Amino acid sequence: MVEKKSGSHKDRARAASAKKAALGEDIDLSAYVSSTDEQPYQSDPSTLPAKTREQMLGAGVILDDPSQRSGTFIQMDNAPLHSSVRQEGIEVMAVGDALDKYDWLSDYWWQAVAVDTDKYTASVELSQHSGYFIRSLPGHKTDYPVQACLYLSKARLAQNVHNIIIAEEDSELHIITGCTTASDEEAGLHLGVSEFYIKRGARVTFTMIHNWNAETAVRPRTAVIVEEDGLFLSNYVLMKPVRSLQMYPSVTCAGENAAVRFNSILVAAAGSSLDAGSRVILNAREARTEIVSRAITTGGDITARGYIEGNAPDVKGHLECRGLILGGKGTIYAIPELKGTLAGIDLSHEAAVGKIAEEEVEYLMARGLTRDEATATIVRGFLRVDIEGLPPFLAAELQRAVEASERDIM
Amino acid sequence: MGGFALSIEQLGVAVEGRQILRGINLQMKLGETHVLFGPNGSGKTTLLMAIMGFPRYQITEGKIIFKGTDITRLSLDERARLGIGMSFQRPPVVRGVKTRDMVAACLKEQDGEEQRINELAERVNMADFLDRDINYGFSGGEIKRSELMQLLAQKPELTLIDEPESGVDLVNISLIGELLNSLLEKDCPLVDRTCMGLVITHTGHILDYVNARTGYVMCDGVIGCEGDPHEILATIREKGYEECIQCFLRRTPSG
Ligand SMILES: Nc1ncnc2c1ncn2[C@@H]1O[C@H](COP(=O)(O)OP(=O)(O)OP(=O)(O)O)[C@@H](O)[C@H]1O
Ligand SMILES: [Mg+2]
Repeated sequence: MVEKKSGSHKDRARAASAKKAALGEDIDLSAYVSSTDEQPYQSDPSTLPAKTREQMLGAGVILDDPSQRSGTFIQMDNAPLHSSVRQEGIEVMAVGDALDKYDWLSDYWWQAVAVDTDKYTASVELSQHSGYFIRSLPGHKTDYPVQACLYLSKARLAQNVHNIIIAEEDSELHIITGCTTASDEEAGLHLGVSEFYIKRGARVTFTMIHNWNAETAVRPRTAVIVEEDGLFLSNYVLMKPVRSLQMYPSVTCAGENAAVRFNSILVAAAGSSLDAGSRVILNAREARTEIVSRAITTGGDITARGYIEGNAPDVKGHLECRGLILGGKGTIYAIPELKGTLAGIDLSHEAAVGKIAEEEVEYLMARGLTRDEATATIVRGFLRVDIEGLPPFLAAELQRAVEASERDIM
Repeated sequence: MGGFALSIEQLGVAVEGRQILRGINLQMKLGETHVLFGPNGSGKTTLLMAIMGFPRYQITEGKIIFKGTDITRLSLDERARLGIGMSFQRPPVVRGVKTRDMVAACLKEQDGEEQRINELAERVNMADFLDRDINYGFSGGEIKRSELMQLLAQKPELTLIDEPESGVDLVNISLIGELLNSLLEKDCPLVDRTCMGLVITHTGHILDYVNARTGYVMCDGVIGCEGDPHEILATIREKGYEECIQCFLRRTPSG
């Protein structure tokens, strides 16, 4: 059965292997190598080289003191390096191991994301890949997040990732995913498929920090299905240079009263091209969403998208997209879209793009701050999105990650 | 001229190429508070903005000496750090910057900052506003209190205040009066005071709370009259600004 299904996935992938993506610069996959050696399993990731651990830490992955984490998964290039769990009621393993262990997992495989979406999803299916399987069992709540690190170590490598996240009924799961590279200048490609299944009454917070380098191309492909009374809360932070990023994660609220919140912080330095958005389809009564994004360019180009579609009674959605142009160059293109297909829905958006208002800078200068200090304070405020629903220590951690990168912007 | 901590000499100010103020002279000793009267559009706010150093207010002639330093060419923030502070009439909303952050910026780095901020907020009755974005959805009275809280943290030696009583209800006016009072050290003897104030008022209510020594009437960009603030207020109340202007014209034949 599994064989047969995966056989048909392979066929569909092959048929889509040259299919250009709907958005973003077309990446030449032949410029990258996609297979790598297996990684020797590391039972204790705190013994990884100091520089590697430091890079992972920069993306929110703590290896020296796992007490703040309920589980850890590390993938290096295309092979799993480590997986461990510290709390009952949670499963963390390489997705290949999970497929071997659970026959039923094939019911989730390529169900939220279509394998033939584009050549990138096809490539993940057809090439050597890994990824994580994270599952919270019914009724279990994690106090600390599970952390996952996707690490690119080899030059000119295409990293293929296929993640499956399942929050069973009434469970609570927090995940931090950090993506980073070993080298500051080598080219690389990251293709990451993530499929989330949030069952009735389950709550998932997903915090993703991207720390790539100025030569990396990144194509995440994420889809989420939220059932009745479920919650999906996503925080995405990209503040380091990247050559080309295109992503448009899509959430379907399939059950009544499902709720989704996206917070994104995007910073584009000169040479970076970002096309990032969040899409939420409200298909059940009283489903609701809030999408908040903050985009700053210091010379790069950002397309900040947002899409909310209301197809059921009493759904509610709001989209807020604010962009700041620091310095003379760079563009921000904000594209908020709303689609309603029946009466009794409430969708709205606000978008604003501009430079820092001189009046605000002067207000702070009149209190004794220099122009630079005033500007930094305003930028810090701009990047501060108050995140409801995130455990306080996680919110603090996210705030620290943002602050650590602020210095690079100024 | 000795003993003046603020000395404005023959000051001219233009805004966007339009000359607004001409030949302004004003001297103030340490510890004094002076009051500016004048009809709408006469240039009172312009004078305060020019003293504070906002770039849009270009000084075209004359100079400003503060504590022995010629500050005419100093920037806004340099003047703030030298000890000049201002309460804004319509301060901007700065999204993401909390009221707490503004007070902290005014305090600079001091020990026990957190506690000091909370005390100040209690005092101006704004504890609930500390974690709100500064000025976001604040009422007129709340803006006034927030501005005074920041000034109390900043402790400027020269405080510039534009119509502190406008739009404030009767309960709040006494709170604001009391705060101004402590900002300008009304209750300590003149010789011990180190703070100066320059206050714009239309109603004069604020004279009940601050110890104002000198009053000025501004007319059409010049200071037309200087004298006891209570007397000036009485004249304006009785006869209106028209009489002030006529009196001024009688005294300046070339006018
Ligand atoms: N930014 C500006 N551009 C052009 N003219 C200005 C500007 N700011 C002020 N003015 C003009 O300068 C003059 C003085 O204005 P100012 O605000 O100083 O008056 P004011 O005495 O404070 O009046 P009010 O009692 O109404 O507050 C007015 O004629 C005003 O229109
Ligand atoms: Mg005015």
